[in-house]
Amino acid sequence: MRAARVLAGSHFVVSAAAAARDAAPALPVFDPVSAPADAIVGLATLVLAITAGIFVVVVVVLVTSIVRFRRRPGDDGSEPPQVYGSDQIELAWTVLPILVVFVLSLVTARTIYAVQGAAEPPGALEVTVVGHQWWWEIRYPALGITTANELHVPVSEGAEPTATFLDLESADVAHSFWVPRLAGKTDLLPNRRNRMWIAPREPGLYVGQCAEFCGTQHAHMLLRVVVHPRADFDRWVAAQREPASVDPTGAAGRRVFETTACINCHSVRGTVATGRFGPDLTHLASRDTIAAGAAAMDRASLRAWIEDPDRVKPGALMPAMKLEPARVDALVDYLMTLR
Amino acid sequence: MALSPPTVAAAHPAAGRIPLLGLLHEWVVTVDHKRLGLMYIGSGLLFFVVAGLEATILRLQLAVPGNALVPPQTFNQLMTLHGTTMVFFVGMPILLGFANYLVPLMIGARDMAFPRLNAFSFWMSLFGGLLLYSSLLAAEGLYGGSAAPDVGWFAYAPLTSRAFSRGNSTDYWNLALLVSGIGSIGTAINLIATTLCLRCRGMTLAKMPLYVWINFVVASLILVAISPLTAAQIMLLLDRFLGAHFFDTQAGGSAVLWQHFFWIFGHPEVYVLMLPGFAFASEIIPVFSRKVIFGYPVMVAATVSIAFIGLSVWAHHMFVVGMAPAANSFFAISTMLVAVPTGIKIFNWIATMWGGKIRFATPMLFCTAFLFQFLCAGLTGIMLACAPFDWQLSDSYFVVAHFHYVLVGSLLFTIFGAIYYWFPKATGRLLDETLGRWHFWLLVIGFNLTFLPQHFAGLAGMPRRIYTYEAGRGFEIWNQISSTGVIFQAAAIGCFLVNVARALFRGPPAGDDPWDGWTLEWSTTSPPPAYNFETPPEVRSRRPLWDQKHPGDPDWRYE
Repeated sequence: MRAARVLAGSHFVVSAAAAARDAAPALPVFDPVSAPADAIVGLATLVLAITAGIFVVVVVVLVTSIVRFRRRPGDDGSEPPQVYGSDQIELAWTVLPILVVFVLSLVTARTIYAVQGAAEPPGALEVTVVGHQWWWEIRYPALGITTANELHVPVSEGAEPTATFLDLESADVAHSFWVPRLAGKTDLLPNRRNRMWIAPREPGLYVGQCAEFCGTQHAHMLLRVVVHPRADFDRWVAAQREPASVDPTGAAGRRVFETTACINCHSVRGTVATGRFGPDLTHLASRDTIAAGAAAMDRASLRAWIEDPDRVKPGALMPAMKLEPARVDALVDYLMTLR
Repeated sequence: MALSPPTVAAAHPAAGRIPLLGLLHEWVVTVDHKRLGLMYIGSGLLFFVVAGLEATILRLQLAVPGNALVPPQTFNQLMTLHGTTMVFFVGMPILLGFANYLVPLMIGARDMAFPRLNAFSFWMSLFGGLLLYSSLLAAEGLYGGSAAPDVGWFAYAPLTSRAFSRGNSTDYWNLALLVSGIGSIGTAINLIATTLCLRCRGMTLAKMPLYVWINFVVASLILVAISPLTAAQIMLLLDRFLGAHFFDTQAGGSAVLWQHFFWIFGHPEVYVLMLPGFAFASEIIPVFSRKVIFGYPVMVAATVSIAFIGLSVWAHHMFVVGMAPAANSFFAISTMLVAVPTGIKIFNWIATMWGGKIRFATPMLFCTAFLFQFLCAGLTGIMLACAPFDWQLSDSYFVVAHFHYVLVGSLLFTIFGAIYYWFPKATGRLLDETLGRWHFWLLVIGFNLTFLPQHFAGLAGMPRRIYTYEAGRGFEIWNQISSTGVIFQAAAIGCFLVNVARALFRGPPAGDDPWDGWTLEWSTTSPPPAYNFETPPEVRSRRPLWDQKHPGDPDWRYE
């Protein structure tokens, strides 16, 4: 096994992993920080209590019957009394489960309507999330921001809580948006618009990933939700609305970028690069990871990724551009300026 | 009482003298329900070993984070093959094989109603499995070379459309299921006709063994469930080859439509697989508790209501596709209702054991573990039925754990129980009890070690079907324990295979009725002659052999 333990995501970086570790408690589903996830834990607690009760009762009866009624050594071989059934007993263990189901049905239906039926409050943040093979496109239509794989939202607390409502779409196959500490998952389906909402009450980084099998790199379609205090969020928005940097250290790389096929798939706002097939790179260097979490955002990973995406993320749809090393260096210089 | 005396000796005249080729020919052209049943079970066990090896590779790959034992393409192919094989080419053939073997014997019939259809159905089902695996040799995939299907066993649209699944691997998956589905429908028709038309004198519907009743319900369910799958496969074929747009979302088709079609098949299919497990337990538990089944009519009613309710729960697989709250509530409640008849069954089995003199021979050991593990599966099923809880659990490892508690912890355990119970009847030889116990305990340990931690992996946020995961997300420990369990499971299966191989050649003779059973199959020889019974049996109660063994206190006085 140790021989086989070649890290596929060898470029996956300590800093990102450490950040993820801080953000990931033992069982995130039971450690909610957002209204829909809270409601689910409320229901789950009731269900767990009921099922635990049933489990204990049935196991006790079952173990008792195994211990008490096992055939003893020296048994005379006679048959035990034959009991064919009992209407009263059957009725009892039909009615009791029906009562349990009745209670559970009511609570379940109430929770469904509470989460799905929640009206969008005025002032809520609207975000469109589009699933792609294998990355997340994240658009803020009202703010004119497009980014990828990182959803930044304000914390929802205080006198004017700001919930975030997500429109979920897919550009290709079925995906599913799942960040366990914030909400249950909802699918992103082509030809269909789904909606979900979150109202995180604590700032922090919450990790999740695509939960519906979507092809080769389903495993590397990671999702990071960064919840900011309001002021930080406003600063983030302002930074993202800035046009792309024109730092002179990136000038050579920019020429490479704009004269190769890069621009067929990628956008950098304010330049000739307007492709829509891949992630928007206007503020690429402000993000923590590249390739939907398959590698960290740093020079070494970027370089490896541009040289051969298939080695970083086997099956990824970005082609290897076969550039000379000098041009790759220039390109990395340029991309690192896109803060 | 006109039970055939257990005397017929020369079942297969001169069988030992026929040269190998002749013997092979005899098996290939046979229309005998017992031989077809054994071939069904044998092919199922073969595929079981193959799909088990596939699962072993999956678990090795997931044992440590960031592992690169297999590339993602291969992982996805293995996972698709594992799921498809286990459901369609292990579960279905083994269960239909048992039904084939046992139903005519239990109702005192000479053979199935349509022996030729029976042979046709078996070969269709086997060819389906071979077709699936020939994709490894023949299909041209996205990456060149061999290409097994890699779209997952429920093949969600539009991942299966030409745009996203080039090459032919998806077509092999599609046609394999189409072909084996025809076989399943043939056998279902056969079982229904056999049960309705060929019962021996005195055996009214209310006097059929529970095994026959449950398989009758299963056969009816197959007719209802497989048809939409076949229809959906044909629609997918039209999409892929003739440019239809049922599921082609780029041309306005619907991805959700495929999910509805698939689960209208897929959920009844769960009961098609699990009900025969109940059927095994309903025969084995009474015999080894030495008591008549508690509440026979209620058990029949519970089976029928599971089948009916089971037809109205399919969209609980789709709580996360964004259905309206009313639809989510409906499917949540209908799903919870299944718990009622299912609970009744568990209570009745326990009531059957209560007050008995339980012999813990290997078949009973497997059925006892089944009760515990099925209880867990049922309770996690209730959790999943609560739609909001499912929004968290759906498509996570919690679901993987849940359905393996159903299909392995419950179904596979009852299948092993059934093999230990009826192997003496089919071969005339007993399996070894010591090896059987090793098999049992290793499997109990291995199974729970593998699948119990997966509940927690799911709660930790691990989605199913990922070929790897990064360190630090809280997934490692659960996956390590899970992969360790494989060692025990493999050892258990090893014990089983050794046991079967040894017993076939050197097992002690079983006699006609080694377990002191009560149903008609124990009244004929082991193995039964081609014609099953020398004289057509006649019954007066549900336990004809009990009546015969206790003439002073027969069942028919109480039924």
